[in-house]
Amino acid sequence: MLEIRNLHARIVDDGTEIIRGLDLTVKAGEVAAIMGPNGSGKSTLSYILAGREDYEVTEGDILYNGQSILEMDPAERATSGIFLAFQYPMEIPGVATMEFLKVAMNEQRKARGEEPLKIPEFLKRVKDAAALLDMDMAMLKRPLNVGFSGGEKKRAEILQMKLLEPKLCVLDETDSGLDIDALKIVSEGVNALRAPDRAIVIITHYQRLLQYIVPDSVHVLYRGQVVKSGDKSLALDLEANGYAGVIGQAA
Amino acid sequence: MNIHMTPQRTPTETALIDAFSDRLSLLPGDGTVMLKRDDAIEAIKSGLPTRRVESWHYTDLRRLLASIPDFDPAAAPKAIAPVVEGSAVLPVLNGVSSTKLPDIEGIAVQRLSEKLEDGSAAPGLDLYGADDAIGALNTAFVVDGYFVDIADGAELDKPIELQNLQAGGQTHVRLSVRAGAGAKAVIVERQAGEGAAMVSSVSQLLLDEGAEVTWLIVQEQPDTATHLAQFKAHLGKDAKLTLFVMNAGGKLVRQEVVVRTTGEGADFTLRGINLLAGDTHTDVTMVLDHAVPHTASTEVIRNVVTGRARGVFQGRINVHQYAQKTNAKMACNTLLLSDDGEFSTKPELEIFADDVVCGHGATVTEIDHSHLFYLMARGIDEKSARGLLVKAFVAEVIEELDDEAIVEALETRLDGWFAAHG
Repeated sequence: MLEIRNLHARIVDDGTEIIRGLDLTVKAGEVAAIMGPNGSGKSTLSYILAGREDYEVTEGDILYNGQSILEMDPAERATSGIFLAFQYPMEIPGVATMEFLKVAMNEQRKARGEEPLKIPEFLKRVKDAAALLDMDMAMLKRPLNVGFSGGEKKRAEILQMKLLEPKLCVLDETDSGLDIDALKIVSEGVNALRAPDRAIVIITHYQRLLQYIVPDSVHVLYRGQVVKSGDKSLALDLEANGYAGVIGQAA
Repeated sequence: MNIHMTPQRTPTETALIDAFSDRLSLLPGDGTVMLKRDDAIEAIKSGLPTRRVESWHYTDLRRLLASIPDFDPAAAPKAIAPVVEGSAVLPVLNGVSSTKLPDIEGIAVQRLSEKLEDGSAAPGLDLYGADDAIGALNTAFVVDGYFVDIADGAELDKPIELQNLQAGGQTHVRLSVRAGAGAKAVIVERQAGEGAAMVSSVSQLLLDEGAEVTWLIVQEQPDTATHLAQFKAHLGKDAKLTLFVMNAGGKLVRQEVVVRTTGEGADFTLRGINLLAGDTHTDVTMVLDHAVPHTASTEVIRNVVTGRARGVFQGRINVHQYAQKTNAKMACNTLLLSDDGEFSTKPELEIFADDVVCGHGATVTEIDHSHLFYLMARGIDEKSARGLLVKAFVAEVIEELDDEAIVEALETRLDGWFAAHG
């Protein structure tokens, strides 16, 4: 589903190279965890997948279902089924959350040639998804993410993911800022999305989240490259021994 | 109005002076009113203000008002549906009020022409300063409008909409309202029309003790019209005024807001949105006097500038020496969406009291790219995402009005503007 080949990317503003020859393959139905110390390029990778303009790919390619996505803008990537759950979701004053959800869902439907959702059906979907994530509907009456706690923002991201039903989900540090109860609810929400035709990429610093969302593969990112890949036992090994051993081998 | 030598008259100045002689017999007024008209035309004879007059620095009226249309008695604008459904509408069509006055409990409505005729409107015709060109123009030529008296304690359950509509030509209108002690009302001042009209419109509002008024100015003139407007208010003890100004049209627009708190505990809120497009010029100039102790004001102006539009906000707050414990805050935020657009902001605080809290701030920004990225990452295409963000920038100010029917009605106007200019 996702194939990243020898990817090199830098920050547009100052030319700093962050991703330096990254290779990664994630199959449909797979849950892949990307781990790595601070500054290894994890969040940058997530932004590049979503198409943020602050980064420029200088070499290599990203194939999604066999097609390069490098020329697609963020909206085109999203409507083709790529979803990024942000580490720090933006607060956007003046944009009502419900209005935003409706526009986003209908824009994606339009891109797929589907009719816009009727209001009752839209409301039902939002209510059902909010109930699963233990979210108060009153929260969704507020402007988008404004005044949401860190945990509420993360839940709102997963809510959007459920409603938009993407094919490739990228979760950037979704566990940060969550207490243990919220972590369980969010994890259940993600697990419910596991499907044979869907791939999930989980970017995380700690093994904690992976106790709840058990990955099929684990990849260690360091200095913009995948330096080691393995199964879920690799995450446990990192938790026990830290990154030093893995990084040492790579260096 | 200028101490220096007045250069040769412009065609507009000449046309105004000639029109005054021609129309003299048509202008209603007793002796006092006619004397005030004489003073006003004298002020115009000394020249329209130029950029050398400080309060007109960013709007050189003499240069910008290159020509003016003639009066057109045949112009026949049609009344339009009110902004807020169910409002009582008082139309002024081509500068003339309606002979059919509504019968609404708690309010008395009079045609302004009658009050000019009998001289009772005379005190309101005084200019507020040497640079009051709009006041002078209006006082010289005003023919009609309304005087609305809201009885003490009356609480109006539906808004009153004062509609000032043109279809080309020249009109000079005055809309005057007194809100009695403890009265509560919502008033919509609707400024619209078609053709290349020139309008002067002066609104006057007097709030007696404890009165609460929300006054909405919805200006949607065509981009061929010149709109020169003034809103003047006096706030008595514990009176509360929320003034909302929406400029969404006009080729040359100047909206002056002149407010004075004259009673302790008075509270003034100004919220403004300027939606500027095309090759237009829009100026909002406020002069606010905190004249007594313990009064408060907040002003928030949001501007969206596209095309080659030019915008101005001048906000002057005078805190008089006696006006201790004044609390005043002013902010002007501009979203500049084109390279050719411009916006000038001039906040001025003149504080003579020593125990006050006053502040002001101004920002000029573009669309936040991280916000744009976030919306696009959810599949919303760039154009729609930009539209959402621009609308959000101004909608925030509307939502503060906190009255569902009004918020919805104004957002409909907003959507209309974005549909035409987005």
